[in-house]
Amino acid sequence: MSMNNQGRPTSVEPSRRAPIAPGTHTPEELSTISGDRGLDHEEALIFELGHGAVGVDLPDVQISADRLGGMRRKDAIGLPGLSEPEVIRHYVRLSRMNYAIDSGLYPLGSCTMKHNPRLNEKMARLPGFGDLHPLAPQSVTQGALELISQLMNWLTTLTGMPAVAMSPKAGAHGELCGLLAIRAAIAARGETRPRVLVPESAHGTNPATAAFAGFTVDEVPALPNGRVDAAALKAKLGPDVAAIMLTNPNTCGLFEGEIVEIAKAVHEAGAYFYCDGANFNAIAGRVRPGDLGIDAMHINLHKTFSTPHGGGGPGAGPVVLSERLAAYAPVPLLVATADGLRLIEDQAAVPEGARPFGRMCAFHGQMGMFSRALTYMLSHGRDGVRQASEDAVLSANYILASLKDVMTAPFGDGPCMHEALFDDSFLDNSGVTTLDFAKAMIDEGYHPMTMYFPLVVHGAMLIEPTESESKESLDRFIHVLHTLATEAKAGQTARFVGAPHLAPRRRLDETAAARKPVLRWKPAAMKEAAE
Amino acid sequence: MRYLPLTVDDRRAMLTRIGASDMDALYQDVPASAIVGLSAFDLPDTQGELEVERALTKLAAKNTAAGAAPFFCGAGAYKHHVPSAVDHLIQRSEFLTSYTPYQPEIAQGTLQYLFEFQTQVALLTGMEVANASLYDGSTATAEAVLMAQRLTKRGKAILSGGLHPHYAETVETVANLSGIVTRAPVTPGSAEDIIALIDDETACVVVQSPDVFGLIRNLRPIAEAAHARGALLIAVVTEIVSLGLLESPGAQGADIVAAEGQSIGNGLNFGGPYVGLFATREKFLRQMPGRLTGETVDAEGRRGYVLTLSTREQHIRREKATSNICTNSGLCCLAFTIHLSLLGEEGLTRLARINHAKASALADRLAALPGVEIVTSAFFNEFTIKLPKAAAPVVDALAARGVIAGVPASRLLPRDANAANLLIVAATETNTDEDFDALVGALKDAI
Repeated sequence: MSMNNQGRPTSVEPSRRAPIAPGTHTPEELSTISGDRGLDHEEALIFELGHGAVGVDLPDVQISADRLGGMRRKDAIGLPGLSEPEVIRHYVRLSRMNYAIDSGLYPLGSCTMKHNPRLNEKMARLPGFGDLHPLAPQSVTQGALELISQLMNWLTTLTGMPAVAMSPKAGAHGELCGLLAIRAAIAARGETRPRVLVPESAHGTNPATAAFAGFTVDEVPALPNGRVDAAALKAKLGPDVAAIMLTNPNTCGLFEGEIVEIAKAVHEAGAYFYCDGANFNAIAGRVRPGDLGIDAMHINLHKTFSTPHGGGGPGAGPVVLSERLAAYAPVPLLVATADGLRLIEDQAAVPEGARPFGRMCAFHGQMGMFSRALTYMLSHGRDGVRQASEDAVLSANYILASLKDVMTAPFGDGPCMHEALFDDSFLDNSGVTTLDFAKAMIDEGYHPMTMYFPLVVHGAMLIEPTESESKESLDRFIHVLHTLATEAKAGQTARFVGAPHLAPRRRLDETAAARKPVLRWKPAAMKEAAE
Repeated sequence: MRYLPLTVDDRRAMLTRIGASDMDALYQDVPASAIVGLSAFDLPDTQGELEVERALTKLAAKNTAAGAAPFFCGAGAYKHHVPSAVDHLIQRSEFLTSYTPYQPEIAQGTLQYLFEFQTQVALLTGMEVANASLYDGSTATAEAVLMAQRLTKRGKAILSGGLHPHYAETVETVANLSGIVTRAPVTPGSAEDIIALIDDETACVVVQSPDVFGLIRNLRPIAEAAHARGALLIAVVTEIVSLGLLESPGAQGADIVAAEGQSIGNGLNFGGPYVGLFATREKFLRQMPGRLTGETVDAEGRRGYVLTLSTREQHIRREKATSNICTNSGLCCLAFTIHLSLLGEEGLTRLARINHAKASALADRLAALPGVEIVTSAFFNEFTIKLPKAAAPVVDALAARGVIAGVPASRLLPRDANAANLLIVAATETNTDEDFDALVGALKDAI
């Protein structure tokens, strides 16, 4: 046992409690009077807490003669009333039921849960950015336009592409933007090409976006080595194919080595190459997608460039475009003039040669994410961006190398990129599933890895550590997974059955939630009336 | 580099464990011709926090923040006061740095606030169900039109001339692929006869209230006419605070409400990120886009929340999904829901009354200026005035004097000659009498 400098014994070892097996304790043994347990607080709905207080002080202005055209509200809305301390406590208690990158390793493959620097937050909140109106006169928004212009330069330089459309609000929105540009380019050639090729290992957004953009989806199989079947892909190319949508590095965590030949074949068939940029964090600063023959690629600023995921959003998905597609970028366009930078918002007043396909959204895109991403880029610099990619790849390979003896890595013969993929064959006959295995990680203080994706691998477990973990953190994670795998294979299933046991909630009944959806709180009277 | 924990020794040890000689070995699958060195990137190298902060602060200082001037811009984005508690809470690590709540056992915080958010949005809009948000009001409107096309199996969408032009263009960009979008004439300050345009091919009518010129519309007759022809009414709200004082779209018969939630809890941010509110009738639930949170129980019978009905979504249904969306505006929803919890019923209605009173007072003062005409008779916190000359140069002239007078209608409708002299002016609780004096004085000089 070690001692602190006051001579008192200390322990930095986690407690070694006996595993809690289902049924080994009664709820009474663990129950408390309040229902809370130490730092774990149960929290009612805000609607159950309201009692007519007010959390803001606003003057009670009465309107004698309104100008609302007879449309004034007659009934109450039904919102609960709470004071500021009650509101703050409510959300602080809720926050404590969440896992977060700041509290632990978040190995979600395909999601790039890297560190979110707080400088980004501070910069986005500078009044000149955070309190700037999108339709303020352009003469008083030059700094914002300059920021966008600098970010565009970073994105086009890092990708080796000539143009970028900044307005898409997330990755899937960027995919849509790319496909609509492709659609417009094909229409401009006087052609109709209804088909889009999508590998079966693709993210769900790829086929969904292709359908959303009015195309039919044709799946391309994967090879046993985890790469897309280039021969099958080439065989599917023809005059009716508009584009292929390929993720590279792909969703198995592997680089598509034949990508240059694939791009060549796609272009020879008159089609376009859309690359899903979700995995750019493996190659940024080392490989330029433009050199690979890509025509369009979205960049998830919330993955590669560290803007926070925020519990599901907001994201940002600018799309870089090749020379063949640049003219079709949607409005607004940003151009440099003698009087400074100008946003061109009118589709009929664009510079010569531009043929925008339309508009993705109101205003100019996710400025709040742009300021965070540029802050990150300037902090890292080109050398830091490259080092981050290398560290992400190194860390994933370290995990792959350290676990492939006890877990099964279907493509573990060679190196991976920034994510390590395992399948569930190491769990064969153990009675433990991928889901059980992942949920057991929660009890160990980890967020589960991405499960059952990509679909081309049975019981997939996709681990992306990112560059944000120290070697000690990786070693501890590896130790936990190694032990879990060893126990599962030895038939010691107590940790896994019904896991997690130690989280704020045990497994939730998702079937019941979907069968009889309860999607909002209702006052008791309304509930009774419905029943 | 301050964000990278691995040391040179760590990297060496890790390569040894992997059995790779160097990093190049890990990139062996990349064609050698595609590997580039740092010199390929004409970009700066690593900088410390101080240097980066200096660079960004310099850029920000070139902009005029809404709070730094007498300020009257609206037209889809509004300057409101956000209580300090909101920004502190949304920056808690557990909210800021968590992922989509796919693992509900360790994401109850996010799931519960989304459930509360859905309830608040349903209550405000007067609808039965709301989703966990879309990107923003404009994309929510486009999704609403696509949903109406699916529900009615008809292609035609009729957009009111009072719909924000950026929203109309966003709808056209996607809904013209699956049907036909037609725009009703633009009639600033009055309601066009949109009912006359509804026919048996019509999937939906899209009407914004208050509209882009600030005019409050009566949706009831439009809803009745649409329903009589088997079409749906999509109501759009860009200033959500207005619902503190105005009858909800749901009470007026709307089938889908698509709204911008920025006004509650969220800053202007030069146009994004914002939060798209989306609400509808329970019977249309299965065609709804976007994430939904539902109540359920865990294995010990405790109440809990999960993402539900995901068989509508892309990660399960792929090309058959109701939308390709894979995001909600998580943190912006959180800001919205915290601010609305602080306001409560009493606070929101007071806030709405203040906004209306401010706008009414400003309208009276502007109407007293010779040559200025108030175009919008019924409004909430935003109205349109007609100047005796083109509005855009006037706005630029006033900006040079430090007054941000509003949004010239020509910025949104550059090809509409009737819009040239129109100025859209918003007033909120943030405006003072001194702001009004500045605007009135400067406008008097400029015209």
